[in-house]
Amino acid sequence: MVPDAEFTSYYGRPVLKAAPWSTDIPAYLFLGGVAGGSSLLAAGADLTNRPSLRRVARLGALTGITLSFGALVHDLGKPSRFVNMLRVAKLTSPMSTGTWILTAYGPGAGLAGGAEIATLLGGTGLLPRWTRPLARLLDALARPAGIGAAVLGSAVASYTAVLLSDTATPSWHEAHRELPFVFVGSAASASGGLGLLGASLADSGPARRLAVTGALVELAAEHRMEQSLGLAAEPLREGVAGKFMRASKILTGCGALLALAARRSRLASAASGAALLAGSACTRFGIFEAGQASARDPKYTIVPQRERVEARRRADAAKLRP
Amino acid sequence: MSDQRHGPVDPASAAGWTDNQPRKGFFTDTSICIGCKACEVACKEWNGVPEDGLNLLGSSYDNTGALGASTWRHVAFIEQPANTAVSSAGPVSLGMPSSVLPGAGSDGESRTDFRWLMSSDVCKHCTSAACLDVCPTGSLFRTEFGTVVVQEDICNGCGYCVPACPFGVIDRRIGEQGTKNVGIAQKCTLCYDRLGAGQTPACAQACPTESIQYGDLDELRDRAHGRVEQLHAAGVPQARLYLDDPADGIGGGGALFLLLDEPEVYGLPPDPVATTRDLPQMWKNAGMAALGLLAAAAAAFAGGRR
Repeated sequence: MVPDAEFTSYYGRPVLKAAPWSTDIPAYLFLGGVAGGSSLLAAGADLTNRPSLRRVARLGALTGITLSFGALVHDLGKPSRFVNMLRVAKLTSPMSTGTWILTAYGPGAGLAGGAEIATLLGGTGLLPRWTRPLARLLDALARPAGIGAAVLGSAVASYTAVLLSDTATPSWHEAHRELPFVFVGSAASASGGLGLLGASLADSGPARRLAVTGALVELAAEHRMEQSLGLAAEPLREGVAGKFMRASKILTGCGALLALAARRSRLASAASGAALLAGSACTRFGIFEAGQASARDPKYTIVPQRERVEARRRADAAKLRP
Repeated sequence: MSDQRHGPVDPASAAGWTDNQPRKGFFTDTSICIGCKACEVACKEWNGVPEDGLNLLGSSYDNTGALGASTWRHVAFIEQPANTAVSSAGPVSLGMPSSVLPGAGSDGESRTDFRWLMSSDVCKHCTSAACLDVCPTGSLFRTEFGTVVVQEDICNGCGYCVPACPFGVIDRRIGEQGTKNVGIAQKCTLCYDRLGAGQTPACAQACPTESIQYGDLDELRDRAHGRVEQLHAAGVPQARLYLDDPADGIGGGGALFLLLDEPEVYGLPPDPVATTRDLPQMWKNAGMAALGLLAAAAAAFAGGRR
């Protein structure tokens, strides 16, 4: 337990501004993770001939990236000006870099998902005859597009950690060492979970392994993050964020255990997948809310900074002494 | 665009300007601020900043609250028990007007056990400006005067600059549809339009005590150091400068302050750091995590059928 810190503030008002973002952003973090991880599973399933896993993963990636892109645009103060994101490319801005990653990733994931939809519709006989060459072209492009999306998908899943950490928000910035690992773990567990939910038992082996590995990485990195955050870990344990984080650990932990135990049951596998997806969503919402709380309370800004100043003062004084 | 994360001495030339304008800035000497809020009013008037709440906040004379999208100057009022030794016995001053100067009596006998700190806060126009670094549209830019300004016709209101600022200065404007620049990030421009015409920013122009001084930053820094020495010599050991050191976490401010207490007393962070200083490390970690994810996925398929 960190002892209650004594500090001075201006009428208890925050020093920083919390990000003006709504639940669109944690939803975006979650859906982006599902999309990125699913593209990896889809490409693998395509190359190793696991059709039911390929289908759910490709559709998951397409849905995930479409919804997350929608959330991203919806959260802008001027949504009609989204395209202004594309007038520059700046490595110093994780949002600019991320927009370009999404711009590169989107078409590949879209093509692969589109091919899957065309196959589904083609099976129903609903498509008119003249669309068949188009469907064949889509099918031919799906594999290379899917492989491209898989490589970029890993960036989609990880860059969002930098997006949060590259702020003055204490609980996000101080977590910058561990957060990428929490987020890719969360993405792996969520997309693996989706695979377990939607693929047949014969095909879902890789999804199961990815889900369990992801859950372990997420839980371990999250634990390490809480240890190294110091005072800024407190918001992760309190209030709404604390509830999300506790739910996330239970759902992710139980989901992973169930995924391991339920190798022979389609129903139990699906249940484990649902738990892992829910756990990943809770992680994103929990970390988002913890950061917002850390920005709204001046304690998390002032106490660590005051400690740094005092430490420098002590060091300077020690230098002066003979 | 060049990388400004590490705060070059001259941010304007680092941003590609070649006409060698001296860097402009503010020096706010809070020891002579009288809390008149002329700066707040002048700023709102000149820049056409909309009203953002007429409230009584219960914080001394401060009913403005904090800097934000529609508050580009904010005067803080702090009421403090002073550390002067005042006897508890004797008549209590009602603060009635008198013909002698306050505190003119010998050795603080006539002083009250109270001091009032007033300070006009503003955007710091940091040398390493995190808001500018993280802006994904290039709307925030470095002017030829070394200041940081939002181009309101480019900003798409992503809001990323808001949590990036270590001082909580910039914000996205909220209000009804039709409000000027609603949904867009807004902050002090250091009166970019006035500077271009060779004029003084509205707040500094309106300040009746020259608590807010505008000029070439180098000269202001010298003036600030001189003023601190003067105050120390006059028996005000609490006087200290804030953001005057180019080696600090933001590469030094384009707005300097002379304070009479610790920064946090005024609502300022005691050791602000531009978050983008850690960005290379962050990208490295994210890259490692991404490679780890690729490896984990490959391993998941390398296993058996189940």
